[in-house]
Amino acid sequence: MTIQIRKGKRATEPQCLGSQRSLNSEDLLFPNQTGDSKAAVYFQLSNGRFRPPPAHRLIAHHIVDTIAPIFFRVSRTMWLPLRLTLLLLFLLLSPRALLRSGSAAVVSGEEEEFHEELLLKPLPDRKVLAHFHFHSIAPPSKSNGRHHHLFPKAISQLVLFPSSVPFAMWSDLDLILNFLFRLLNNCFSSSRKYDVFLIVFALIGVIVGEFLSFGQVQKFRVKEMELSFTQGRWNYERWGGFDPISSNNAKPPGVELWAVFDVPEDQVDAYWKNLTNSLSGLFCASINFLESSTMYSAPKWSFRITPGRLRYGTLPREAVCTENLTPWLKLLPCRDKAGLAALLDRPSIYKGFYHSQRLYLTSNASVPAETVSGISLEQTLTVVLQPNSPSSSSIHSGESNFQPSWSLSSIFGRKISGKCVLAQSSIVYLQLEKSIFSEQKDNMDNGPNSLASEGFAGGSGFEMSLDPDIVIEEENQSQHKGSSVLYGFWVEKYNESQPFDLGLKWKYPVFWSSRQAPLHASRFLMGSGNERGAIAILFKSANSADSSSGSRHVSDGCELQVDVFQVVPWYIKVYYHSLQIFVDDEAKPIGDFVHKIQVSPSKDKTSPGMMEMLLKLPCDVRSAALTLEFDKGFLHIDEYPPDANQGYDIPSAVISFPSFHSVMHLLSNDSIRKSPLLSRFQEKNRVQSYTEVLLVPLTTPDFSMPYNVITITCTVFALFFGSLLNVLRRRVGEEERYLKAGKKKGWLRVLLSRLLAKLRGKPMEEPDQPSSESAPLIGKKLVLKVILVAVLAVAWQFYST
Amino acid sequence: MPTANTEEENSKSELQKNHGGGGGFTRWAVVAVIFRLALIYFPGNLNLSSRPEVSTPLTSIRRLAEGYWLKQSSMSPYAGSMYHGSPLLLSVLGPLTVKRIEGQPSHILCSLVFVLADLISSILIRATGRKLQIAYRKSLKSLNLLNKSTDSGALSSGDIAALVYLWNPFTIVACVGLSTSPVENLFTILTLYGAATGLAPLAAFGWVMATHLSLYPAILIIPVNLSYSGSWFYPPAPLSPEYTYAPPSKLFRSKEHGKVGDGKSSQEIIFSWRRVFHLLVWTSLWSVYVLVLCSISVKQHGSLQEMFQRTYGFILTVEDLSPNIGVLWYFFAEVFDFFRDFFLIVFHSNILFMILPLAIRLKHRPCFLAFVYIAISSMLKSYPSVGDSALYLGLLGLFLDELADMQFSFFLFCGYVGVSLLSPVMHNLWIWRGTGNANFYYATAMAYACFQIVLVVESVSSMLNHDRKLTKLSTSKLQK
Repeated sequence: MTIQIRKGKRATEPQCLGSQRSLNSEDLLFPNQTGDSKAAVYFQLSNGRFRPPPAHRLIAHHIVDTIAPIFFRVSRTMWLPLRLTLLLLFLLLSPRALLRSGSAAVVSGEEEEFHEELLLKPLPDRKVLAHFHFHSIAPPSKSNGRHHHLFPKAISQLVLFPSSVPFAMWSDLDLILNFLFRLLNNCFSSSRKYDVFLIVFALIGVIVGEFLSFGQVQKFRVKEMELSFTQGRWNYERWGGFDPISSNNAKPPGVELWAVFDVPEDQVDAYWKNLTNSLSGLFCASINFLESSTMYSAPKWSFRITPGRLRYGTLPREAVCTENLTPWLKLLPCRDKAGLAALLDRPSIYKGFYHSQRLYLTSNASVPAETVSGISLEQTLTVVLQPNSPSSSSIHSGESNFQPSWSLSSIFGRKISGKCVLAQSSIVYLQLEKSIFSEQKDNMDNGPNSLASEGFAGGSGFEMSLDPDIVIEEENQSQHKGSSVLYGFWVEKYNESQPFDLGLKWKYPVFWSSRQAPLHASRFLMGSGNERGAIAILFKSANSADSSSGSRHVSDGCELQVDVFQVVPWYIKVYYHSLQIFVDDEAKPIGDFVHKIQVSPSKDKTSPGMMEMLLKLPCDVRSAALTLEFDKGFLHIDEYPPDANQGYDIPSAVISFPSFHSVMHLLSNDSIRKSPLLSRFQEKNRVQSYTEVLLVPLTTPDFSMPYNVITITCTVFALFFGSLLNVLRRRVGEEERYLKAGKKKGWLRVLLSRLLAKLRGKPMEEPDQPSSESAPLIGKKLVLKVILVAVLAVAWQFYST
Repeated sequence: MPTANTEEENSKSELQKNHGGGGGFTRWAVVAVIFRLALIYFPGNLNLSSRPEVSTPLTSIRRLAEGYWLKQSSMSPYAGSMYHGSPLLLSVLGPLTVKRIEGQPSHILCSLVFVLADLISSILIRATGRKLQIAYRKSLKSLNLLNKSTDSGALSSGDIAALVYLWNPFTIVACVGLSTSPVENLFTILTLYGAATGLAPLAAFGWVMATHLSLYPAILIIPVNLSYSGSWFYPPAPLSPEYTYAPPSKLFRSKEHGKVGDGKSSQEIIFSWRRVFHLLVWTSLWSVYVLVLCSISVKQHGSLQEMFQRTYGFILTVEDLSPNIGVLWYFFAEVFDFFRDFFLIVFHSNILFMILPLAIRLKHRPCFLAFVYIAISSMLKSYPSVGDSALYLGLLGLFLDELADMQFSFFLFCGYVGVSLLSPVMHNLWIWRGTGNANFYYATAMAYACFQIVLVVESVSSMLNHDRKLTKLSTSKLQK
């Protein structure tokens, strides 16, 4: 069943480019949150659950709007008991609600935050990287309960901590009350008496729903989670493998999900299943396939350094499309109606070479001591696009020389008309490699100009259509290469009449290369046929000059540490003892280079195989290769997907370099500290890259054969059983004896009959008589039998046709 | 007693005289071993160890090496679903898989172990055959039929059986292809030898080990008991018309009483429950010993329960659906999950169903009964390989005299040759070239199963006929 759903999804894939129909229809369901509070619709249905607006506002409104007319109407009616009950209910509940609204107003100093940022970066191969970064932070407020101004509730539910649960219960009471009073209002206005039942039912329903949601809160307890949807493959060689974007935002194709849970070890799997199912619903993707234990693994140390109750799963073949992007955008307060997200024009995004939408959630809510940030949600969208340069006709003449000039409107087909009103900051950065400037200096011999003046003054090789508001330079610490300059633009200065449309125009041909990870990892399959094969992971030194000069700061002996984390599905039966390592094309003993290895071998139909390995290679290594042999498994006919001959995917291996950190050392500035994007860049993360997804063809049985196979095999068994039993019970000796006995008897009988005949004095005709008499009798029986069989045959023929 | 001894001596000397001793056998055996060694050193990698005909999930040396690797890296060898063999085999062969000798092919030590196992097996078969032939001749002599069935072959049936076992391409392939079936076969043959020579500890040890290694030899306990507990030394009981429903040994008792007049022989003839008990005591002793050894070797990372789940459970539930020469893999790859358990029970009980009828009918020929059991189980087992076929084809040679007038023998020979040539071709077409499909390979497996069925049925039938003939002759002699 589920497989067919997947297939269905794949079938719709071609259509989804440019189809925004679904988006618009869903927009109707979600009126803009940013609208005037008076006009705000209180009941917003988000994934079948109530999504309340801010608590204190709501309470104030329902007191003013609803209760007064209800009292008025109630007093007019004669339903005293009901009125009394309601009054009682109200008196019981309203003080708490009022109290709560007051407390909410007090705490509101701790605001939820939302930042939107966009990083644009021209890539060496004439493409442009656009990296959207949306950051929502919800403070760890117990008072707020489950209500948020900006933070998406669906996400906050994933981390809700137990201490907030009773508050969550109470905080929804105002919602209940509001609902109830509205119903009452309706009821009295229409003055239909049986509506009382409706009210009672509604009350019961609300309470039951509340308790259900109370249970639901306990289902997740996510401490840290990352979910990414990716299409295309990040080109590590050209687009860089060392900078924070490639380490954090380059993701394997399809869906990748990992999560750290805040529950005891034995419950992690159950929580993981809940999480996959809810995310599957939330993002309209087949993440629920990760629920099965054959799809996820629990890496110990190679995937992330911090130990935790981690589960990791990928779906390499998941098709990513607008249906996944739309729910992702729904989590933003302004959605794609205003702010930077308005740039996200579906056709231009999906036209690109690489597209990765990512959701990173952290919460230290479970640790009450930490009061820093309750829940932080980082939504990033990384796209690599090819700007269609206006001078496309001149491609043949000077294609390699000129970088294409572009502007936001030419890439996305849209302009930014102001920031999202709810965003604390809205900044666009343009990142350029510093090596461009040095090159230009060499070319132009302009003299010692400062970068800031040079960049936008137009005196250099490029020209920006707008003046940057801030110029941030990366500190040169280790080496000159790879450091860059950031130009920041405040979007809030622009509005509808004067939209933000940054353009970059190159004046001179420039060349630069992105900074590479120390080793470039790729993975491929070896062998042919459908019986066995081998997986090879090949590391190549990114650029020998770089590795020889820089990055030597590791330690004595100069070792290059490489972590390999590879998950293999169970039907790829890997022989771990066949691990071979080739350093500089020479087979070497494994113990010399493999510092640490941990394997959890695959169990048929139960768990995937997982390999974690820490390699220590010499720094001057040119190439290193790991090979692992495997046998291909044979599946049951039901386990094959509908397109069985396409093959099976082996998820990407994760290669990380623990001794290298992708960090940008920016000159610390107040604006940088405020910007979540830049502060994220300054975090120390180890350099990490993903290898290719491998496609393994598996042998298929004949899918049309089950009945034939069953019948033929059973026939052979019957042949064996029947013929052997027949041989065993056949008794030639007995037959002989019987024959002999018969002969004897006959002889005796003949003798007796002769004797009798002699005694009677008659010739012996007696034995003949019965035989002659019985002959017609047998004939009759025979005829009857034949007729019966014929009748049966005719009847059979008649009824079977 | 002395007369019996002299008789035995006489027949032995007769054998030696007739067949020129073991000179021919020794020569051929040495040549076979050299041939195997030459194949092991064969420069081109034949890749026999990953052929589905040779190595099954149970007998594959690569899986054993993987299990050993897991054990060395302080995990249970049964973690993951790679290794399904015995922990004892792992601790014996495991170190040999990783030991490399410079300039020699990898796994050379394992290969030598398997060659040795093959050689010992053939010697044991030969000894069993001699014992069998002596008993046979003795019985014929006691019936005064010896002149009737003097064979004209150059070698005795035991020698022939041993050479058939050694020179069978199936055995050679299984040995060179590094599957562990030579070792399993060795223990099965050891069981038969022990039973034939009346050595209860040896028979019990062989049986326990063979059962531990591959489960199916468990049914051999019946022929072993029959053989050990008395029926063995007594000639085939002819099914004479007078004695059809009487104990088969009656005829001989009357015969021997008449001839020898020795009270001891009549005492021996009776199926002795004491000897059964004796054997069972030895069996349980060895079982406890083997279990203790196993628990010691799996104690670190697993438990005995895990071991049974991973070995016997794996055999009985047919978890691995990779193609082999058996009949079950494709069936369970295609059958609806709902019926899976039902068919598992049906197919396994097919082996068990046949135990009792065969035991009743062939109880006077325990060795032949064992052969039939082995043939049936190697045909219907979950993961059969050519190594199993090699065993029963070798044992078939032991009954050369009795099965002389077996039908379809040429047809069967051609069938075996044809299937063993076609099966790799079909496998190649399906798996490697992708031009054929699974049905091709399945068809050869079906044909192979049919040939095996014909072999079993015909051999049983001709053995029964042979007994009938003997009966006839003896009764006619009696009547004279």
